[in-house]
Amino acid sequence: MKINTVAVKKQVIRLGEKTREVNIFFLGIGEFFLFARRMAKETFSLDFEFSEFLRQCFQIGYKTLPLISVTGLIMGLVLTIQSRPVLVDFGAVSMLPGMVALSIIREMGPVITALICAGKIGSGMGAELGSMKVSEQIDAMEVSSTHPIRFLVVTRVLAATLMVPILVLYADALGILGSWAGANLKESVTFVLFFSQAFRVVEFMDFLPAVIKTFFFGAVIGLVGCYKGYSAGYGTESVGKAANSAVVLASLLVIIVDLIAVQITDMLL
Amino acid sequence: MFKNETVIPVSTKIPDLVIEINNLSKGFAALQVLKNLSLKVFDGENLVVLGKSGSGKSVLIKCIVRLLNPDKGTITVLGENVNELKDKGLATLREKIGFLFQSGALYDSMTIKQNLEFPLRRIKKKLTTKERDEKIEEVLENVGLADTSHKMPSELSGGMRKRASLARTIVVDPIIMLYDEPTTGLDPVTSDGISALINDIQKKSQTSSIIITHDIECARATADRIIMLKDGEIYTEGNINDFENSTDEVIQSFFKQKA
Repeated sequence: MKINTVAVKKQVIRLGEKTREVNIFFLGIGEFFLFARRMAKETFSLDFEFSEFLRQCFQIGYKTLPLISVTGLIMGLVLTIQSRPVLVDFGAVSMLPGMVALSIIREMGPVITALICAGKIGSGMGAELGSMKVSEQIDAMEVSSTHPIRFLVVTRVLAATLMVPILVLYADALGILGSWAGANLKESVTFVLFFSQAFRVVEFMDFLPAVIKTFFFGAVIGLVGCYKGYSAGYGTESVGKAANSAVVLASLLVIIVDLIAVQITDMLL
Repeated sequence: MFKNETVIPVSTKIPDLVIEINNLSKGFAALQVLKNLSLKVFDGENLVVLGKSGSGKSVLIKCIVRLLNPDKGTITVLGENVNELKDKGLATLREKIGFLFQSGALYDSMTIKQNLEFPLRRIKKKLTTKERDEKIEEVLENVGLADTSHKMPSELSGGMRKRASLARTIVVDPIIMLYDEPTTGLDPVTSDGISALINDIQKKSQTSSIIITHDIECARATADRIIMLKDGEIYTEGNINDFENSTDEVIQSFFKQKA
């Protein structure tokens, strides 16, 4: 049998390319963990950049508020409008406030808010640090011993870790408010009655795991955004790539962290 | 005096070595940028590294501050082996080195004053706010930018940005200065101004400098000694007169091209 050497060579090249892609993937994971380790090490240094941390809290928290407000309100409104007919069919319309509140607090609020933050904060960090990398500003910090990880990364990651849970709680509150507005489209329900019905169902243990996981969401969004920006290449194209991949990876990791958190909560409660 | 012979600057005694590079090699994938390069920089001298684009000039100084890790060879700066330094040691060494980037690399979210304050606050921690402000004012005045402290980098011209970047570099009183193409992209008058500033800094602060350039006028104005790189290797070494009087074709073509 005659061996087609050209085809074999093509296969070998293709295999080589696949191997290289796999290598790059694992190399990327390794680099990400090294970056996270470096960040963790700098977090506990004595010279914490407090004013930059506050500035980042303002940037992440305050400047995301309008977007989160609209999202939270619509989330509650839509959830109510969609759920009401089903509950009416089962004669359980009185369960509506509790059901919506529970879904928002446990899952919808944290995940949707985190995904919005991954888009806004993650891409912002990726693009900002990416352009700093391209214009050699990060290198300039590096060579002047001004600890860019401490100044740029630690502050952003901690600010995201702190602000995302606050934004989630705010979105939860607005979501329930939106739900009340949604309920009032079909029938008149007083604000007090709606809230008392909602919080009759919700317990502290519904809040706690949901709030805890949002800290992880914030950390993941901050870390991924900073990593992608920090490890951007030196061309202008890499800034766009850094922003884009920061959003994609942060969103994906938010979903994965959520899955893990739900599994752990399910086992413990 | 040419080819791998180190020319020691004219002096009554042999000056101290500030930077010593031995057999430095650095490549990116299949491209070998630096090949077994060795050089010495003495205390208080201005060493100009000439060469065409892609000859490895910028890679050389980035290896000195370990922005890039060399593949082979040793780099000793102020008696410390750069490649073997741990994070803390490297940070301490970098505090003594000023690096002027080709692009200036000013922090574009900060004003000029904040740009200067940024390294000063972190490196010279003992300075009071008043002392810090005075230092910034003095340095900005030295580079001719006294009235720009409140401006953002985007509000400055290319030459002013370069000078502001130079001010940020010297504000922490470095011992060694590394200039990456300080006059690139500037008009001849502004270039002369930058060259004069480089000389000024050397005289006032007694710094040792490596000036990466392909600007012959800048080399003429600042060099105590010149090294020419070609394809990642030292092609020739000497002073400006040696280069100008050389009959070597490569050197001639380079000088003629720039004349």
